[in-house]
Amino acid sequence: MGRAKTIARRTFLIGSAAIAGGVAFGIYKVKTPHQNPLASSLGTGEATFNPFVKITPEAITLITPHADIGQGVVHMQAALIAEELDVEFGQFETDFGAPDPAYWNTALAAEAVPFAAFDEGFGAETMRSVMGGVAKLMGIMGTGGSSSVPDQYEKLRTAGAVARETLKLAASQQTGVAVDALKTANGAVQLPDGTSLAYVDLAEAASGLEPVSDITLRDPSTWRLIGKPMARKDIPAKSTGTQSYGIDLNVDGMVYASTRVNPRRAPMNGYEANGADTMPGVSAIVPVTNGVAVIANSTWRAMNAANQIEFDWAPAPYPAEQDGHWEEVAASFTEERLDKEWRADGDVESALDGAEVIEVEYRAGYVAHQPLEPLGAIVRADEDGAEVWAGHQLPRFLQQKVAAIVGCAAENVIYHNQYSGGSFGHRLEFDNITLATEIAVQMRGTPVKLTLSREEDFVTDYPRQIGMSRSRGMVKDGKVESWSLDIATVSAARSQSGRLGVPVPGPDTQIAAGAWAMAYGIPNLRVRAYAVPELAPTSSWRSVGASTAGFFAESALDELIHAAGADQMEERLRLCNNAVHRKVLEAAAEMSNWGSAMGANQGRGVALVESFGVPVAEVVEVTNTDAGIKIDRVYVAADVGRVIDPVNFENLVQGGVIWALGHAINSEITYSDGMAEQINYYDAEGMRMYQTPEIIVKGLENADKIRGIGEPPVPAGPPALANAIFAATGQRIREMPFNKHIDFV
Amino acid sequence: MQLTINGTSHEIDIEPDTPLLWVLRDEIGLTGTKYGCGVAQCGACTVHVDGEAQRSCQLQIGDLEGAEVTTIEGVGTPEKLSVVQQAWIDHQVAQCGYCQSGQVMQATALLNENDSPTDDDIDEVMSGNLCRCGTYPRIRAAIHDAAAKIKGA
Ligand code: FES
Ligand code: FES
Repeated sequence: MGRAKTIARRTFLIGSAAIAGGVAFGIYKVKTPHQNPLASSLGTGEATFNPFVKITPEAITLITPHADIGQGVVHMQAALIAEELDVEFGQFETDFGAPDPAYWNTALAAEAVPFAAFDEGFGAETMRSVMGGVAKLMGIMGTGGSSSVPDQYEKLRTAGAVARETLKLAASQQTGVAVDALKTANGAVQLPDGTSLAYVDLAEAASGLEPVSDITLRDPSTWRLIGKPMARKDIPAKSTGTQSYGIDLNVDGMVYASTRVNPRRAPMNGYEANGADTMPGVSAIVPVTNGVAVIANSTWRAMNAANQIEFDWAPAPYPAEQDGHWEEVAASFTEERLDKEWRADGDVESALDGAEVIEVEYRAGYVAHQPLEPLGAIVRADEDGAEVWAGHQLPRFLQQKVAAIVGCAAENVIYHNQYSGGSFGHRLEFDNITLATEIAVQMRGTPVKLTLSREEDFVTDYPRQIGMSRSRGMVKDGKVESWSLDIATVSAARSQSGRLGVPVPGPDTQIAAGAWAMAYGIPNLRVRAYAVPELAPTSSWRSVGASTAGFFAESALDELIHAAGADQMEERLRLCNNAVHRKVLEAAAEMSNWGSAMGANQGRGVALVESFGVPVAEVVEVTNTDAGIKIDRVYVAADVGRVIDPVNFENLVQGGVIWALGHAINSEITYSDGMAEQINYYDAEGMRMYQTPEIIVKGLENADKIRGIGEPPVPAGPPALANAIFAATGQRIREMPFNKHIDFV
Repeated sequence: MQLTINGTSHEIDIEPDTPLLWVLRDEIGLTGTKYGCGVAQCGACTVHVDGEAQRSCQLQIGDLEGAEVTTIEGVGTPEKLSVVQQAWIDHQVAQCGYCQSGQVMQATALLNENDSPTDDDIDEVMSGNLCRCGTYPRIRAAIHDAAAKIKGA
């Protein structure tokens, strides 16, 4: 209790402001370089400015700045505030809020620091706080890296508590009852005689008060909401077709657009309209970067016409054929391309010298994101500003990108974030936004609704990094003794940050993420990351680096343990040198009844990968049927420190496993003639219902820090599956997607 | 041409090769039916035509003279949920939710035909509906639950 108080006092300056007859509460870092958005709202009377909690005589509004891409984060953010504020779902509205530096994401920048998330040593903590400062300066306000929960866990509860205590003070002044005698529940202050004063009726009085900053966050044992099964408030709308997404919006007077841009990521030499310009409803074909946009009076007419056009595309700046990409990756295990030696326990070179070395090579191809709602945006460019409607994970950068095209100040870009039909990293990119803006500036004043066709979305997607690993290891006396793991991938982080215009300093923490910090004490262990020069541009794909490095590491380890003749679970447990990770492994072993007898054609595989600070152990069970591999069951144990909502937690973990396994078995992007060969879901399906295993989930809470769960379930899935296939068939699958080597049913 | 959508008759004057999906979304303004792939791969656009689940991206409006179309908006509303929609909420199925209109329409058609679907029946009928978020385990559970409710009713 004392600790919570200290944090609130030392770290936060608590602010509130009067707004149009109500009050707004925000919290800000003490040394914030940002304007207190509430203070500036005082002058303008802007009721929708930047607080986390806003109470007017009419309504209670909770601001939930993290983008909702399906992970339920609006609900999670609201629950954190509501827990302390004592309001119930149904008593308040939520709003994404306008982009503002005050919503900086400290947790996101923390993950960019090159220390293991579990390394809590002095150096790591110092670096993390320094990077947090950088994020604050940049005002990132980003959603990604499973950072929403760590970012908001304390901030939002504090905001709720400050609002509650200030409302109590207002009630006390109004009634003469001492604050200590007041209670709060159900959006109201309760007097000892049972009278209830609704927050909305106290709003005006509270707006005149200095906010109460001496607050104590509640003890977890008293929580009403956090940790209990919740019913997400977006789900009824999403079950009845009434949730509006960016693609569903209608802005008065808008025109519809569809783009075709060079799938080779190079200029357009020219095009032949082929009658597209005279098709019904088509009003214009206008130039955009590397291509054109068709403007029409409906989405269908615009897409249909865009498909009629014949293009002459310039050649790709990367190898035209996929083999060329692999050659470049394979040629990257060199001194010059060494990005960083991340781990060097013992002396692996001497240990392997002259020993019987087990050498294996693994590969993982490019994979597209392809959330089900295709990318698009509505943009209206005015003379000195713009308005944008779209789902995006980096609103502040979005404003800058739009402003640069419109030729206005970033503050003059009014941005309305939208619920998104998925992202998986896709909505960290800006092409849909900039293309829509490029069209809009050619018809200022008219809102333009851009919708990409699925095919256009596929060929312009920035896929996951391509990569390879080379593993050399040695076993002795039934134990894994020495292991050198080299990983070479393109740097999705550099590719992405290059487009963002914010260079990533130092080594790319993602190339060997999920591998170098492995919680195994192997006497001689070395992990090196090599950066393959940019090939096809790539981007963050759910779980980022660990989605490839985790596969490389845990599959190669499986090979070593097998060679040692040890049990896969027992040897991992023996090697495990972190108590939290060990518990996760033990839980997976127990859930799956590891070691129990299986049928002749069945097999079990395990993997342990840490992702964004969350250790996850998965056990996959498969049956080798006549027609192919059937994935029967997956057991998952993950430790996020604290589970905010066990129902949503289970849903996200199951979804993460399905995402991981579906793509591991059947999806990749390959290039031919400089273009992605996969243009719709029939080329890259992911998982379907008939392939979906039973997925049994357990959330552990042994870790000190609270973490998000969006990405962590992904990396351990593919190696656990490959290891299970080996156990069932004796066949090692060393390349994703697995269906290049074995059939699935 | 004339067709009935959610019980209301509509006169539509548009190029006959326009997919029903885009008539619903851009002309009628019923946006609960989603565009996902345009090529019968994802099921996000699923509606009922004369009682059968169909991919509205594959139906040309010119072929639908006199048809009875039901969209997600026609099976229930947040105020008056269908049994299937209630099961979807009880099981907290949705993540991003973008596929769920199609999933609900497909599941509703399945349960109209078969009030005791087995897991294999569910696999067979539901595998054409992609969910990129991976809500399949909850969809399966919700269908079993809805089936039990329908039979019990
Ligand atoms: S949009 Fe019709 S099946 Fe995908
Ligand atoms: S809930 Fe997102 S695609 Fe199904």
